Amino acid sequence: MKVFVPGDSAAVSVGADDVAAAIATIDPSIEIIRNGSRGALWLETLIEVETPAGRIAYGPVSAHDVSSLFEADFLHGGSHALYLGKTDEIAWLANQDRVTFARVGIIDPLSLADYRAHGGLIGLQKALNLSPDEVIQMVTESGLRGRGGAGFPAGIKWKTVAQTVSEQKYICCNADEGDSGTFADRMLIEGDPFTLIEGMTIAAIAVGATKGFVYIRSEYPQAISTFQKAIDIARSNQVLGDGVLGSAHAFDIQVRVGAGSYVCGEETAMLESIEGKRGVVRAKPPLPAIEGLFGKPTVINNVLTLSTVPKILADGADTYKARGVGRSLGTQVFQLAGNIARGGIVETAFGITLNELVNTYGGGTFTGRPLRAVQIGGPLGAYFSIAQFETSMDYESLIAAGGMLGHGGIVVFDDSVDLAVQAKFAMEFCAIESCGKCTPCRIGSTRGAETIDLIIQGVRVDENKKLLLDLCEVMTDGSLCAMGGLTPLPVKSAMINFPSDFTGVRT
Amino acid sequence: MKYVPWSPDTARTLLATLRDEEGPVLMALQLMQSEFGYVDKAAVELIANFFNKSRADVHGVLTFYHDLRTSPPTEHVIALCVAEACQAVGSRDLERVVKEKFGDEVQNAFCFGNCALGPAVMVDGKLIGRANLEKISAARL
Repeated sequence: MKVFVPGDSAAVSVGADDVAAAIATIDPSIEIIRNGSRGALWLETLIEVETPAGRIAYGPVSAHDVSSLFEADFLHGGSHALYLGKTDEIAWLANQDRVTFARVGIIDPLSLADYRAHGGLIGLQKALNLSPDEVIQMVTESGLRGRGGAGFPAGIKWKTVAQTVSEQKYICCNADEGDSGTFADRMLIEGDPFTLIEGMTIAAIAVGATKGFVYIRSEYPQAISTFQKAIDIARSNQVLGDGVLGSAHAFDIQVRVGAGSYVCGEETAMLESIEGKRGVVRAKPPLPAIEGLFGKPTVINNVLTLSTVPKILADGADTYKARGVGRSLGTQVFQLAGNIARGGIVETAFGITLNELVNTYGGGTFTGRPLRAVQIGGPLGAYFSIAQFETSMDYESLIAAGGMLGHGGIVVFDDSVDLAVQAKFAMEFCAIESCGKCTPCRIGSTRGAETIDLIIQGVRVDENKKLLLDLCEVMTDGSLCAMGGLTPLPVKSAMINFPSDFTGVRT
Repeated sequence: MKYVPWSPDTARTLLATLRDEEGPVLMALQLMQSEFGYVDKAAVELIANFFNKSRADVHGVLTFYHDLRTSPPTEHVIALCVAEACQAVGSRDLERVVKEKFGDEVQNAFCFGNCALGPAVMVDGKLIGRANLEKISAARL
């Protein structure tokens, strides 16, 4: 008898370990698989039972529900107050288009056999039968763009590294997922780590790299330990090592752990940190693709970008780019977060509206109060009002609407939010996390927080608003990287979309 | 969490495991902290000498990263997320009551990737979702 109890850290944070222990105590003969999360985090702990008719789900389950589940014969799909039916038929999941997250929550994350049985390693095998140029061509044709936030075409980046001559090249995976409201990298690494390994290996073969680093933030201890185990398993099964899948290609991966610095998610600061130094941003050029880690040509991609590559290789570029809109092709792993009733992972083609995500999937606020604002794309992303809810969720439309997609996180706030306080926080956060290299970011953030404070207190409001906008312009134009350069985005969008919060009159 | 008392000999043995690493300084500091609970002042010179770096290099790295401590941690560590997604579900109010009750043990954190089940708090390394004072107190035991 097989029961799936997610080992994902979000599920564990609401008691999944206790649920697993309670099941094992009542019937030690049950095989408990600690899968990743299906992504419907509002249903965690969501347990599943394997039946001849398919997997049957129950949720949200707490440890104290377990004895009643046994009484209801849940092992055979018995009826219970927490019965959700077949997992694949839960509308919230069934309506999604899972590509990058196709296996997350379904397989045992550390079973290579399970991984293969669900289509794993087909992409890598295909890449080994193609020339490096053909692999890069496929990734370029798929339209895959950087999912970390910058949206740069992955194939073009790879081509630059491939064409740069060097005896040593690197693949660096950015798993420093520091944006509040984002957790897709963590869930993918915890739920399907071999996909990332496969994607990095394909990138390595395509550009001629032999070593990869995955930079995982220290706030993700479980992702670190799962990924470390996955690397060991991949090595002992010749997925990594001197002969990748029996070929002549050598590739190995090492985990590097962050140390609580947000700016290290910026790609050049990340390189510095992997080199063991202070996470200070580098000036570009030179591009990391030409002079990256330890001065060598380096592919830097986000977890989701690299983890999508195996599927593109396996199914073809056309299948992937058939999804999406305009120049935003394929799927995006959206993350519904904050004050939201049904939060979690929604992977779907680009072009879904904000309203569909936040209301149809998300079900409005968790507190049940009226929804007032959403922040899209992390601490450097814009605050949107409900007047903008028909915005199409793709790279270009969000920029046109005065925001950015970022890493695809959507944080929902109810009507108790004060956008002036949020704007001040954006500046304070920048002041805490600035690497300190450039003046607009290092000093501007502190002055910005002070100025917003004056507006909040009602001191010379109009004058200070003008000053704040001027400061925002300086930070946008004068900062070296996105930390200082994009901090004005939440500030200005809050001022534009929620002007009533910037009158200096507190309600 | 269990830590051993600072010892230069233990530190040297640990540093030797990083001999072949590229760019080892941050890893070395993290290793010191995971073993001893903090980075002792004497470790700076030890690491500098071991990896042929200047003390300034090592000190620079040590003081850049929020995670790294130069004094032993409190017996319990409560890291409370105060980033936007957790703010949206009341982490600022939670911060006030938790700091009132547990004082120095509480430190602010920015995101544990549990943003759909906030407020998120990590108590002695264990992540708690939909956190409240009761859950935090229970996990702290």
